[in-house]
Amino acid sequence: MAFIEVSGLSKSYGSGASARHVLSGVALSVERGEFVSVVGSMGCGKSTLLNIVAGLVDADAGQVTIGGEALQGVRKDAAIVFQNYSLLPWFSALENVRLAIGAAAPQWPRPYQRDQARRYLEMVGLGNAVHRRPGQLSGGMRQRVAIARAFAIRPEILFLDEPFGALDALTRGSLQQELALMCSATDRQVTTIMITNNVEEAILLSDRIIPMTRGPRATLGTPVPVPLPKPRSVSQLLHDEDAGRVRAMVVERLTDSVRRPLRAARRLPPLPAEPQSVGLVSVESE
Amino acid sequence: MKRLVQLLLPVVGIGLAVGLWWVTSLNIADLPSPMRTWEESKVYVLEPLAKRGEMDQGILRLAFYSLVRVCYGFLLGIAIATPLGFLLGVSPTLMRMFDPIMQILRPISPLAWLPLGLVLFQKSEPAALFAIAVCSMWPTVLNTMAGVRAIPQDYWNVAKVLRLSRLTTFTRIIVPATLPHIFTGYRLSLGIAWLVIVASEMLTGTPGVGGFLWQEYNSLVYSHILLAILTIGVVGFALDRLMGLAESRLRAM
Repeated sequence: MAFIEVSGLSKSYGSGASARHVLSGVALSVERGEFVSVVGSMGCGKSTLLNIVAGLVDADAGQVTIGGEALQGVRKDAAIVFQNYSLLPWFSALENVRLAIGAAAPQWPRPYQRDQARRYLEMVGLGNAVHRRPGQLSGGMRQRVAIARAFAIRPEILFLDEPFGALDALTRGSLQQELALMCSATDRQVTTIMITNNVEEAILLSDRIIPMTRGPRATLGTPVPVPLPKPRSVSQLLHDEDAGRVRAMVVERLTDSVRRPLRAARRLPPLPAEPQSVGLVSVESE
Repeated sequence: MKRLVQLLLPVVGIGLAVGLWWVTSLNIADLPSPMRTWEESKVYVLEPLAKRGEMDQGILRLAFYSLVRVCYGFLLGIAIATPLGFLLGVSPTLMRMFDPIMQILRPISPLAWLPLGLVLFQKSEPAALFAIAVCSMWPTVLNTMAGVRAIPQDYWNVAKVLRLSRLTTFTRIIVPATLPHIFTGYRLSLGIAWLVIVASEMLTGTPGVGGFLWQEYNSLVYSHILLAILTIGVVGFALDRLMGLAESRLRAM
């Protein structure tokens, strides 16, 4: 059984004739240490799926088990990054991160919690903005604080809900790169589920990409593996053949999910079984 | 030039109001004119802190008695109203339970509460505090409640995701998120408390602006009634401005 196992998940809002069936019969399994992206268009129910798996929202039907245990609320070892940052505007960046550390490790003395918070903020390049409040930070900087806060509790599981959705393209690119580095820099295996509507972002970061059909009654399509070594860089992916193939496949499956049953696999050449078998630019960071 | 006009406009408004007062006083014999009012009350204004007798005191001293009473009543009121607002905001069950009672108690006039206070406490001073507290608490209760309910889902999610304890959620999220609403409530409550104090002093005859007003009415010194009315207005305005200042300070944070 996989580390995160989701089966038969259904969720609808409202009741009777006005009910909106957002998800129906969604199944998903994620291995320990895997980075999985769920890609779909806006309003297809991706965020609902993530909120359920993260334990923020209860499903109507279906099961979520993580590490063999049925999910009950937000797990202690899970961190979530939201699209809208979800920082507390009345606290400094430092205090926002420290609050998370203080809740996760209340036995640590305050000064040590603060030192740790500062360390994580430095990791995301905000070493000289620790005392600023979210209102005094740009969107990109706010999301950096949110990422620092997520990593500061040293999570086993990371849930990313369109983490860069509200950012401009340039900021987006550099933050994606940084997230990729942070994920590969941790000494532990972090299992990640990311929700996004950006295929490039998914290819950059994931081991597997799962297309999601358009709601209502959204379900998940066949996963597309991403057989490229990590960490990857945006420029490298731009010209890479395998990346192109993955891109085509994901887009195909996403558009197919709207119109007709999946036929993408027949039209595309098969993916190489071994990621290393194709000549790829090796680890590159910018 | 435009600034000057902007500054002069309020003066013109006040001048018009005084003019209306003056014209009215020409036609109603008992209503003192602005000049006569000033002549007869200048001793109260020019010696604002003098104390000549129980009711015969400088206007600031009288206002001070009223303000102290308002302060106690207001503090008592918000000390009850703030926690109550939080409770009702957090719990839909409690809200359901107490909403009808609140809606019934809220429109009751201070003049109706005061006799009940006298029955309960036998003395006029605690009865006045009771009336102020009971009348002035509602805006704080309702605003605090609305503030808690207006907390965006994002902040609740933060509490859930960080697994904050109840106490931490309260002190770190609920209170800061609700604070601007609470202060709006305080400002409205203070305004009501000031309304109530005058009524309660008039009924109980305790020294203060309201007590003074009622006594001077009984002794037929009508110009002092006008003095008391103007004082009540100016002090009420100053209180509102002070609370407004505190409120905008808070919002700017």
